[in-house]
Amino acid sequence: MTILCVKRPLGPSLKTSLCAVTIAITLSLSACSSTSKTLYSEIGGQAKVEQITDNFIEEIGYNKHIVRYFEKTDISRFREKLNEHICMVADGPCEYTGDSMENVHAGMDINENHFNLTVDLLINAMTKADIPHSTQNKLLARFAPMRSEIAFK
Amino acid sequence: MTNLKVLLFLSAVSLVSHAQASQGKLIATAGLLQVEGAGGGGLVPWATLSGYDTQDEISVSAGMTQVSLRDYRLQTVSVNASFYDQVELSLSKQTFDLSTLGGDIKQNIVGIKYRLLGDAVYSKWPQISVGIMHKSLEDKSIANALGASSTSGTDIYLAATKVHLGAVFGYNAVWGLTARATKANEIGLLGFGSENNDSYKVMAEATLGLLFSRNLAIGVEYRQKPDNLGLKEDDWADIFITYIPTKSVNFTLAWTDLGTIAGAPKQQGLYVSISGQLF
Repeated sequence: MTILCVKRPLGPSLKTSLCAVTIAITLSLSACSSTSKTLYSEIGGQAKVEQITDNFIEEIGYNKHIVRYFEKTDISRFREKLNEHICMVADGPCEYTGDSMENVHAGMDINENHFNLTVDLLINAMTKADIPHSTQNKLLARFAPMRSEIAFK
Repeated sequence: MTNLKVLLFLSAVSLVSHAQASQGKLIATAGLLQVEGAGGGGLVPWATLSGYDTQDEISVSAGMTQVSLRDYRLQTVSVNASFYDQVELSLSKQTFDLSTLGGDIKQNIVGIKYRLLGDAVYSKWPQISVGIMHKSLEDKSIANALGASSTSGTDIYLAATKVHLGAVFGYNAVWGLTARATKANEIGLLGFGSENNDSYKVMAEATLGLLFSRNLAIGVEYRQKPDNLGLKEDDWADIFITYIPTKSVNFTLAWTDLGTIAGAPKQQGLYVSISGQLF
């Protein structure tokens, strides 16, 4: 919407259009949180969730900073629990049966840098699974608050 | 010509240093270097610190900005270091060319910003930082001639910034609000205060942006300014598009409306900026 404003010769109207744009964005910030379709179905259901998890495991495997946290991990259990977790967080028909995020990450001493790097790996995993940008963000938004339960433990 | 060299140098350094650079924040959430050298948007400083450093890292960024207006041209060259995503130090040199009248005004800015609390992306509440910018004019004659009471001054600001993941139709949104106590006339280029208006005034500044992909941001900014000199000084506004191909470099194009400056009305024009993380 903003491109339009740039193309026009701008007089005192710039500040007026800024206001209009600002109001529009603010309205959509508050309005667009309610949709009937679940994030799980927007992602593409169980097949896509499993694809994200598999890609994520592969990304971790190739990252020398992150893979060391997984040296003692039972990967098939991790795969199963992460599938459940993504499904549940996205309002899918699953129940997460794994341990709490605090317990899983206890003693790992994950610093901020490695936490954020792992988020980048999750983004790569979603991109490789052809998850649209906006759907990626919605899933990230649901996982982001868990940072305090994962890092610095 | 000098600017072109600086630009080429910055591009080269940022490409070369890509491999070693701090990578610890989500791409595009580190922001840019604003027109006074602080981490922020274009005209407004944000609560976020420059660079992609996290609490174990240091990052150093550099950038340059040129705003071409009807009667003036403003150039800024800045270096900025962020320590442990906690403290940011910046050095900036502004050159304000009086294209129509001839001559220029040079101003040096030293800035420090301290992150008080929060994380713009991950915490529930906004990131809050406090900052100081100390500005001094190299060329004092114009500020004195216009009636400014001082040729150096200090701004103090409090900034709040928040990124909302997937908030607007799935796109990430960022907003920032800054309150700045200042005496500066045209951000200091025309000196500080005047005989009749020499007290600090608190001004509001705001940014609102949308990230349309991991690499593209579009937004608007507004910056309120005092009119100490009685020269009908206007608030500043811009509309920007930023391309962030990697965490090492970003390019910004904006349309700015800086209103009346030193009596010359309708100062609008193109804002071009490049900044990058050196390491």
